[in-house]
Amino acid sequence: MKISINGLHKAFESRIRLGIMSALAVNNALDFSSLKEYLEVTDGNLASHLKALEKEDFIVVTKAFIDRKPNTKYTMTKQGRQAFEEHLTALENLIKSQK
Amino acid sequence: MKKTEEDYMQDLREIRSIIERSTKFLSLSGISGVLAGLYALAGVYFVAGVFEGKQLLTYRSASAAEMWNLLLTAILVLVLAMSTAVIFSVKKGRKRGEKIWNAAAKAMLINMAVPLVVGGFAALILLTKGLLLFLPPVTLIFYGLALYNAGNYTFNDVKYFGVAQLVLGLLALYFTAYSLWIWALGFGILHIIYGIYVNYKYER
Repeated sequence: MKISINGLHKAFESRIRLGIMSALAVNNALDFSSLKEYLEVTDGNLASHLKALEKEDFIVVTKAFIDRKPNTKYTMTKQGRQAFEEHLTALENLIKSQK
Repeated sequence: MKKTEEDYMQDLREIRSIIERSTKFLSLSGISGVLAGLYALAGVYFVAGVFEGKQLLTYRSASAAEMWNLLLTAILVLVLAMSTAVIFSVKKGRKRGEKIWNAAAKAMLINMAVPLVVGGFAALILLTKGLLLFLPPVTLIFYGLALYNAGNYTFNDVKYFGVAQLVLGLLALYFTAYSLWIWALGFGILHIIYGIYVNYKYER
């Protein structure tokens, strides 16, 4: 895993990825359109960030069909949660140390 | 590019805002609370009129006409209050740029529906058995439980609003002679106070 010196995850440098993780941290599973609504980003932008998080094994994708329409849901993995929590702790520490 | 302290603070603010947006339904409108309270008071006024000062809520079986009056008034008040809430929420949501039917709204409604549906059936059973006396406390208590649950998915204040209804429900159960007036206090006056409070705190 790529972690910079101060304990911050490289994967979360992008605020959109951080946003995706925040939303998934407090919701069991979210579909693409809900995430899009919360983050206020374009389809392409969101999709590429989701891909990146999936590659890191921070989220998993489940595809299902509801009324024959494809419905893609995203869930946080155990590693994802751990990484996100570590990142939050690192953020806190950074802010504390700079005070 | 090196991130500054301000960037980290912004990161945290963003995390907080997304968590709130994705778990809380914040498009509840205060005005619809005030209107719901007014409908409830009008309903109580009408019901009190129908029973014309007779001991409305005592241990006696009500006539069929009285029961129908009560039932139809209750349904009318309920439908008016709910449609008002939906209309104002849609309006407020549009203004906030928030989709109304989001995950938080669904969670809130499901969690409210369980006590509300059970309470509705309990009220119907009491009505068919002519136990009108217990209608105010039972509806107050189940509504209070529904609000307490809903508080997890919307403004936290809704929780305290629910607790107040629960207390009134228990009081109505004990002081049965006053139960209709206690009901008016809970569904009427408290709704109005709550609506004004939400409007003042979150909509200015």
